[in-house]
Amino acid sequence: MSAQKNRVATGGRIDRSKPVRFSFDGKTYYGYQGDNLASALLANGVTLVGRSFKYHRPRGIVTAGPEEPNALVEIGTGAYREPNTRAPQVELYDGLVTQSQNRWPSLDFDIGAVNSVMSRFIPSGFYYKTFKWPKDGWLFYEKFIRRAAGLGTGSTETDPDRYDKVYGHCDVMVVGGGPAGLAAALAAGRAGARVVLADEQSELGGSLLSERDRTIDGKPVNEWVEAAKAELAGMPEVRVLTRTTAFAYLDANMLSLVERLTDHIGPTATGPRQRLWRIRAKEVILATGAIERPLVYSDNDRPGCMLASAARIYVNRYGTTPGQRVVIMTNNDTAYQTALDLTAAGVSVAAVVDLRANPTGGLPQAARAKGIEIIDNSAITQVKGNKQVREVEVQSLTSDATGVVGSARHIYCDTVLSSGGWQPTVHLHSQTRAKVVWDDGIQAFIPGPIMPGQNNRSISSARGVFGLDAALKEGHQAGAEAAAKFGFSNVTGNAPSAEAEPESQPLRSVWIVPSNVPVGQGGKHFVDYQNDVTAGDVKLAHREGYLSVEHLKRYTTMGMATDQGKTSNVNALAIMAGLKNVSIPEVGTTTFRPPYTPVTFGVFAGPDKGDYLDPIRKTALHSWHTDHGAPFECVGQWHRAWYYPKSGESMHDAVNREVKATRDSVGIFDASTLGKIDIQGPDAAWFLNMVYTNAWTKLEPGKCRYGFMCGEDGMVFDDGVTSRISENHFHMTTTTGGAPRVLSWLEEWHQCEWPDKQVYFTSVTEQWAVIALNGPNARKVLEKVVEGIDISEEAFPFMTWRDCKVAGVKTRIFRISFTGALSFELNIPPSYALQVWRALMDAGEEFNITPYGTEAMHVLRAEKGFVIVGQETDGTMTPQDLGFEWIIGKAKPDFIGRRSHLRSDTKRTDRKHLVGLLTENPTEVLPEGAQVVEHVKDKPPMTMIGHVTSSYWSPNAGRSIAMAVIKDGRNRMGQTVYLPYEGKVVAAKISKPTFLEDGAPANG
Amino acid sequence: MLLISCPYCGPRDEHEFAYGHEAHIARPTLEQQQTMSDAEWADYLFMRKNPKGVHFERWVHSRGCRQWFNVARHTVTHEIVKVYKMGEPAPKLEQK
Repeated sequence: MSAQKNRVATGGRIDRSKPVRFSFDGKTYYGYQGDNLASALLANGVTLVGRSFKYHRPRGIVTAGPEEPNALVEIGTGAYREPNTRAPQVELYDGLVTQSQNRWPSLDFDIGAVNSVMSRFIPSGFYYKTFKWPKDGWLFYEKFIRRAAGLGTGSTETDPDRYDKVYGHCDVMVVGGGPAGLAAALAAGRAGARVVLADEQSELGGSLLSERDRTIDGKPVNEWVEAAKAELAGMPEVRVLTRTTAFAYLDANMLSLVERLTDHIGPTATGPRQRLWRIRAKEVILATGAIERPLVYSDNDRPGCMLASAARIYVNRYGTTPGQRVVIMTNNDTAYQTALDLTAAGVSVAAVVDLRANPTGGLPQAARAKGIEIIDNSAITQVKGNKQVREVEVQSLTSDATGVVGSARHIYCDTVLSSGGWQPTVHLHSQTRAKVVWDDGIQAFIPGPIMPGQNNRSISSARGVFGLDAALKEGHQAGAEAAAKFGFSNVTGNAPSAEAEPESQPLRSVWIVPSNVPVGQGGKHFVDYQNDVTAGDVKLAHREGYLSVEHLKRYTTMGMATDQGKTSNVNALAIMAGLKNVSIPEVGTTTFRPPYTPVTFGVFAGPDKGDYLDPIRKTALHSWHTDHGAPFECVGQWHRAWYYPKSGESMHDAVNREVKATRDSVGIFDASTLGKIDIQGPDAAWFLNMVYTNAWTKLEPGKCRYGFMCGEDGMVFDDGVTSRISENHFHMTTTTGGAPRVLSWLEEWHQCEWPDKQVYFTSVTEQWAVIALNGPNARKVLEKVVEGIDISEEAFPFMTWRDCKVAGVKTRIFRISFTGALSFELNIPPSYALQVWRALMDAGEEFNITPYGTEAMHVLRAEKGFVIVGQETDGTMTPQDLGFEWIIGKAKPDFIGRRSHLRSDTKRTDRKHLVGLLTENPTEVLPEGAQVVEHVKDKPPMTMIGHVTSSYWSPNAGRSIAMAVIKDGRNRMGQTVYLPYEGKVVAAKISKPTFLEDGAPANG
Repeated sequence: MLLISCPYCGPRDEHEFAYGHEAHIARPTLEQQQTMSDAEWADYLFMRKNPKGVHFERWVHSRGCRQWFNVARHTVTHEIVKVYKMGEPAPKLEQK
C-alpha cells in the first residue's frame, strides 16, 4: 500500500482501519472508508487532476463541495462511464476507476496546453470573431473547436442502471442537514408535523462534520449530531433523505430531488441507482448554507490553490491536508479558523496574508497567539509553479488596493488558500423566481421577498446570518413556526445553543487582487475556472460593450457549464461593476435555474424506457397476425398488422397480392383500431348537427352517414361514419389516431359551450373488435356464417347496419366501405373476435379469402380516392378543398366552422384542391411529399404549387397512382405538371382523385 | 409544477391536467355570425389576451375526472388566484 503522504496522523471521520483501493488515470491508490475522491487524491499528494476547458492549464482541486469547478473526472468504465463528476462529491468505494478529462495524450503532458501559450490570441469572443466567415464556415470549424475545448465524454452504450421515481408530500420540507436544518427538522418533528429532511452529503451534519472543537448544549458537536439523527429516526412522521440533492424548486412548493442510492457502492450494487423525488411541501425551509468565494489573484489557478474553507473540511473531516506548507490570503476573519485547524493538525502555515490592515478580531488574535505570521494590508501578487504551487510573492497594497508597493517577499509553499467572503446558497430561492438583493454588510446576495404562492424561508447562512448559535436558533424557530402553521403547535424542547462566535471585523472587498503588472498583461486572474474566464476577459467584454450581466455571461461563457458559476458569478459581477463604476446590484445578477447540480438523464426517464415508454395497444386479433407472420405498423399506440408476406414474398409482392385479391374476390381486414364513440341522450342528434358539417336530424335509426368534422376555423379535423342506433343513440367512428382528440373535442364543446344539452359520450373503441370483409365475394362468404338476417342488397343496403349473429356470436354489421368495394364491417365483442375471424377464413377459403394489412388498406382506399385525415389534410384544408362541397349542410343553421367557410379566403376558388396525379411514365411511383411545380428551373427555388399526399403502385389500375393538393387543382384537369426530386424531373398529369373508373363497383 | 384544485376532485399535480385556452370567449350566436365581418370573426377565432398578470383560462382534468373548469392564474408568479366551474362568472379581483 502506497503511503498517503498528506494524511494527517489522527482525526477526521474516515476509518483508517478500512483502506479502499481506487485508480486515477490508470494508477492505483488507496484511501479510507469515508473518503471522497478529492480527499483521497489529496491524501496521496495528487494535486494535478485536470486540464482547463480552453487553455488546457493544469488544474487542481479547489473546493470540497458541489461548487467544484476544476476537479471534474470521468468515473466508471464501459456502459457505466459517467463524465464531469465533481471529485469532492464522488464517494470512494473499492475498485472505483476514475480518469481525468480534457487532456491528450496525458494529464501530465497535454498537447492542448499550447493554447495556454497562445492565450493572448484567443480571448473571449475569439471564436465568434474568427470563425464567422464565410457565412457557413462555423458548421465546418465547429467540430474541430469542440474537440479542442471540452468536458468529458459520456458512454455511448445503453445505460445499464435502473432508476426509480416517487412522489412525496409533507408539511415541512427542510433542505440542508447542517446545524440549522437539523434544528428545524427536530423542532417541526417534535411538534408532530410530517417532515422531510434532505441533505446532499452521505451523512447529516453539514458544517458540523468539519468542526474541530465546538460544542452544542455543552456536548461536542458530533455527539449532538448523533443524538439528533437518533431522535429524527425515532419520529414516524419524519423522513430523512441523505445523499439527496434538492436540485429544483418548482411551482407551488414542489421540489425535485435526486437520491443517490448506490453511487457510493458502484456497479456491483443491486437495486435502483438513483431515485427521483418530487415532493410537494406545505412549507419549505431552505437551510442550504453558504459557499465561499475565492479571491481573484494572479495565477490563482495553479494546482494547490484552494478555498480556505475547503482545506478546513479536508483536514478536519477527512484527516488530510492539501499540502505541507500553506499560505492563506483572506479578506475576512473566517480563513483564520483554517489556519488554526491546519496548525492544530501539524500542518505548517507559513503566513496569513490579509488584504485588510491590522486585523484584530478574535480569530486573528488566536492565530497570532499560536505564532502564525499575519502579513496585513498585503496581497499575493504572483503564484509560481506550473503543475504545483512552488512559491508566492507578497507585496503591500496601495491605500485604494488597486496596486502594490514596496519590495516583494518570496514565500515557499505548495498550497495557497484564499477566502473572499461568503455567498449564501440562494439557488433554490432564486429558482422560485424570487429576487435576490445585495447586502452591503456581507458583500453578497441574500434572498429577497419570497414569491407569492411559494411558502419558503431561507434561514441562517443561507440568508447571510452566520454563526453556529444563530443557525441553531433560527433553525429551531423556523421549524416550530412552520409546524405551527399547519396545526402542530406543541413544540417540545428549547432551541439548542452554542457558545458565542469570536468577535469579528468586516471583510474588505478587493475584487481584483492586484499584481505587479496590470491585469491581463502577464499572469492570469481567473474568475471562472471552469470556463477559463479571467478578469481580463471581463475587461474585454466591458470594452466591447457587453455590459449587461446576460451579455457578459454569453460573451465570456462565465457562469456556464457544470458548476453554473457557484464560485465565480459574484466576483465577475463585482469586477464589471467596478469597470462600469456602478454598484454591484446595478449590474444585476443572473437568475439561477434548475438543476442546482447536474442530474443524470436516466433518473428523469426512470422506468419509462423501452417497452415501458408508452403503452402498446394490441387488437383482439393480434395473435393471429403474429402467427401469420405480419410485421406491425405503429399508428399512435396501436400496433396494426402491416401486411402478411407469404414465403419468399417481398413487402411489395405481398401488398400487390392483397390489393388484387381484395378487389377481385374478397379480403379480410382487422379494423379494430377504428375510434368508436357511443353517443346517447335526447340532444345527441342536435349535437352531431353542431360538430359535423352535414345534417343528422333526419337520419333514421338503422342508417349510417359519412361526415366531416371541422375546427371553428373551418379546417377538416376528423372524419368518419356515424350510425343511428335509436332515436337518442348514435355510434360514431373516428380515425384511428384521432379517437382521443375527438372525444376531448366533443366533451369540451359540450361542457364549455352547450352544457345545457343532454348528451353523453363514451369511448367504446376497445369494446368492439372490427373485422372488415371487402370485395365482390364478401357477401358470399358472409352468407355462409351469418344468422338471423337477410344480407341481400335489397334487405341490407349500403350505409345501413343490422344486428345479427355470425358464427354464433352476437355481431353488429355495418354496410360501410373504405375500399369502394362491397363491404361488411363486423363489430364483435373483442373476446369473440378470433372465433369470428377464423369462421370467416374457413368460409372464405373457396373464394381465396385474403387477409390484408394497413398498407393494402391504404392502396385500396386511394384507388377510389378516399382521403385520410392527416395524410391528405394538414389543418389547412376545408371539406370544399377536398372536393366535398356536397357534404356541407346548406340548409343547416349552424355548425362548428360554418362561419369560417364564408370567409373571403376560404371562399376562394383557387385554393389548394385535392386532385389525382398520373405520372407520364406509369411505372414511376412518386414519393409522398414531393413538391409540384408548373415551370421547371435549373435549380431551386422554383414556384411550388402543391405536393403529393399519397402515392402507391396500384395493381388494379396497373400503374402508379397519386393524390396531391395543388393550387387551383380542380381547374387544371389534364394539365401537365412537374415534380423535381432526387436529381430528376417527373412529369405528371392532373386528374380526378379516383383511379378505377371501370370495373369495380363504386361503394359496393 | 402547479398545484391545481380541480373543483370536482381537489388539489392535484399539474401533470394530471391539460391547458385549454383563454376562458370566457363567447361563441357568436348564429345571428351575430350572419352580421359580423370577417375581421370580427377572425378576432373571435384567433385573437387572445396575453396579460402580464392574472389570466382567466380554462383547463381540463384530462387524467382525472375529464371535467373542464376555469382558472384565474397569474402569468408572472404562476399563482392560482381562483378555480371555478364552467358557467360561473370571472371573479372580480382586488388590485394587487
